[in-house]
Amino acid sequence: MSDRTEAVATGAVTHYNDRVVRQFAIMTVVWGIVGMGLGVLIAAQLMFPELNFDIPWLTYSRLRPLHTNAVIFAFGGCALFATSYYVVQRTCHVRLFSDRLAAFTFWGWQLVIVLAIITLPLGITQSKEYAELEWPIDILIAIVWVAYAIVFFGTIAKRKVKHIYVANWFYAAYIITIAVLHIVNNLAIPVSLTKSYIVYSGVVDAMVQWWYGHNAVGFFLTAGFLGMMYYFVPKQAGRPIYSYRLSIVHFWALISIYMWAGPHHLHYTTLPDWVQSLGMVFSLILLAPSWGGMINGLMTLSGAWHKLRTDPILKFLVVALSFYGMSTFEGPMMSIKTVNALSHYTDWTVGHVHSGALGWVAFITIGSMYALIPKLFGRSQMWSVKLMEAHFWIATIGIVLYITSMWIAGVMQGLMWRATNEDGTLTYTFVEALAATYPYYGIRLLGGVMYLTGMVLMAVNVWKTVKDAKPAEVPVAAAVHA
Amino acid sequence: MTGGASLFVIVFTILNITACLWLIWWTSRHRTAEPDKQQQAAGTAETMGHVWDGDLEEYNNPLPRWWLGLFIISVVFAAIYLTLYPGLGNFSGLRGWSQVSQYEQQVALQREKLEARLAALKDQPLEQLARDPEAMATARNLFAANCSTCHGSDARGARGFPNLTDDDWLWGGEPERIYESIAYGRQGVMPALGSVLGESGVNEVASYVLSLSGGKAPEDWVAAGKKHFETLCAACHGMDARGNQTIGAPNLTDDVWLYGRDFDTIRTTVRDGRENQMPAHLELLGEAKVKLLTAYVMSLNSGRRALGSGDSEEPLTSQNEHEGVAETEVARSDRQSSDQDSEPSSS
Repeated sequence: MSDRTEAVATGAVTHYNDRVVRQFAIMTVVWGIVGMGLGVLIAAQLMFPELNFDIPWLTYSRLRPLHTNAVIFAFGGCALFATSYYVVQRTCHVRLFSDRLAAFTFWGWQLVIVLAIITLPLGITQSKEYAELEWPIDILIAIVWVAYAIVFFGTIAKRKVKHIYVANWFYAAYIITIAVLHIVNNLAIPVSLTKSYIVYSGVVDAMVQWWYGHNAVGFFLTAGFLGMMYYFVPKQAGRPIYSYRLSIVHFWALISIYMWAGPHHLHYTTLPDWVQSLGMVFSLILLAPSWGGMINGLMTLSGAWHKLRTDPILKFLVVALSFYGMSTFEGPMMSIKTVNALSHYTDWTVGHVHSGALGWVAFITIGSMYALIPKLFGRSQMWSVKLMEAHFWIATIGIVLYITSMWIAGVMQGLMWRATNEDGTLTYTFVEALAATYPYYGIRLLGGVMYLTGMVLMAVNVWKTVKDAKPAEVPVAAAVHA
Repeated sequence: MTGGASLFVIVFTILNITACLWLIWWTSRHRTAEPDKQQQAAGTAETMGHVWDGDLEEYNNPLPRWWLGLFIISVVFAAIYLTLYPGLGNFSGLRGWSQVSQYEQQVALQREKLEARLAALKDQPLEQLARDPEAMATARNLFAANCSTCHGSDARGARGFPNLTDDDWLWGGEPERIYESIAYGRQGVMPALGSVLGESGVNEVASYVLSLSGGKAPEDWVAAGKKHFETLCAACHGMDARGNQTIGAPNLTDDVWLYGRDFDTIRTTVRDGRENQMPAHLELLGEAKVKLLTAYVMSLNSGRRALGSGDSEEPLTSQNEHEGVAETEVARSDRQSSDQDSEPSSS
């Protein structure tokens, strides 16, 4: 008698908690459209400043942090919650540790996002990049995050499979590290409900901020989404992971090396030389560990490449891995002081961030959601494969337009700012470099509009898929004792 | 950094890099049961033997050699870089590099070129400099870098920042006066007269000021405004309202406006006053550059004509001059509403 039949016979069979996964999955799409829509608006404002309509709440300075918070923490965050809850149950062969806490994380996280949407346009901000939210919201985030950790690690602890699957290592690292980063970076003394002062000052504040900022990239936007990759790529390809030992090396190297890389955001500032150098050196060592994930993902597909022709989901996943490889190459290169002297403060940085954000983070999310959502709602496939295909092509062209225009704009700005005349004076005024950037702002806007259009197609497709769906309860898989 | 902190940095850095090397060595040690390509493609290769969620499995392929090579090269680079450049705590590197010294070198290089240029120019008289196209090319670059933020790349100014091309001067257009303005800065103060004049008085003075430049305003207000003007404003702007360049009091009769010529703007100026500052640049730029900039400002103005460059261009018209032309006439409704506010026996 197998464990399963035994469990059924004794009435002990349980089901996965897919309710919270469904909620987070749907909100991923909703917040994706909101966040990217805001991105398109502020990209348009750079070309046409009058688009703020002289309303303070709609000014670039207030909407830009709302855009970043919405895409990173609302869109990306919901995607990570959804997939981590799904993956940890499926690969531990148990139901979530606590349904109530899981529901609390969903509603708590949505409350955080709504509060962000209210406070940031009002100008209530700590003025720390990617950590703008004021102290009461920070406390709420910390509480939700601790609940998340309890649900996740509680589920790992009661797993019915001896080995912990590699995707869970990455999710675990991301959950623990984000808690530490968030709490340390947001230590502040409140003076009122909407205003606080950060406990650090001067260059120490800058260093803490970028230790946080870069590790938010490393652990939220890289490790978390690698967890997603390690489940959905082998599942979709129907192939085993390429190399277990490569997983081990690149996991440990990635999480230990990433911690050092923050100072490369502060090259040529008052940060001491030695800290800048360590930031640069470790960013370069980070290249190989980062690529380990790409290799493991792409090589997993060997023997399944033919599936790319017909499966748009796999297309999203493969292109995501390619952009991941590209931006994790570009990043270390930009951390070299000589290169950074040119690229820093230009739109090249903006292009780099978006090749990671649109190409890697969002594509791996979109691919995973297209794989996940039909399963969650008792369907065999999304409503329209053609629409997925269209989404893929529109979005891919959108990214290419976006990042190439920002590359050109960035290098041009860097060269114009540093150009000197024969007589030792500067060749260009700042405004001349700005004027020269306008055509590229136009191309970037077009790329952004295309990417947003793709998301709207996704929303239609998801709506058609989940409408009238009757999601079934999925019984947990049998225990594995080996 | 104290010795202890420095040591901590050094040890921790080396420890983390060594740990990576150990990790590579440790994971590439096992070479047993490695599946080859054919086996993998055929799906007969050995997996690790773990299965999750029905069909998730893992191969244990060796680390790709080129990837290992890349990893090791980056570690070797790190070792070399940290020997040559600052990074390991207090050890400043064998090359003795610092960002401050790099900055100083690069700036010195440009400064040398510029100083050479300036040395050749600094003893020439201003009038001659203003006629010298090469000197003016350098001056234009200096203007772009240091002055254009406020006065605009074309030197035509902006609201609150004077147009430098219209041959209209707040502090005087003689070469020495221009030099003084740039070198030592200027502080222009128009006192707030709202509390002295009252709202109706402000309307009247503003009407009079408007009329001086040909703007239309109610005659009774203009007449009353003239009286106020003679007691309160003439001390600085003169009885004829033609201003006083010694103290930077603008000429109010020439239809050149710093803040705009609409009625509301003039009322604000009279009621709340204005404060304008041109920062001093002598210490920042040095005498030679200030001199060159003085010549540049001269070249933008009548200086050019007086110097006989033969340039018969149309005089540049100021953006400021055309601001708010449509609003020159005091709106009737404005007047009525103000009438109700002010004392009934004004006429």
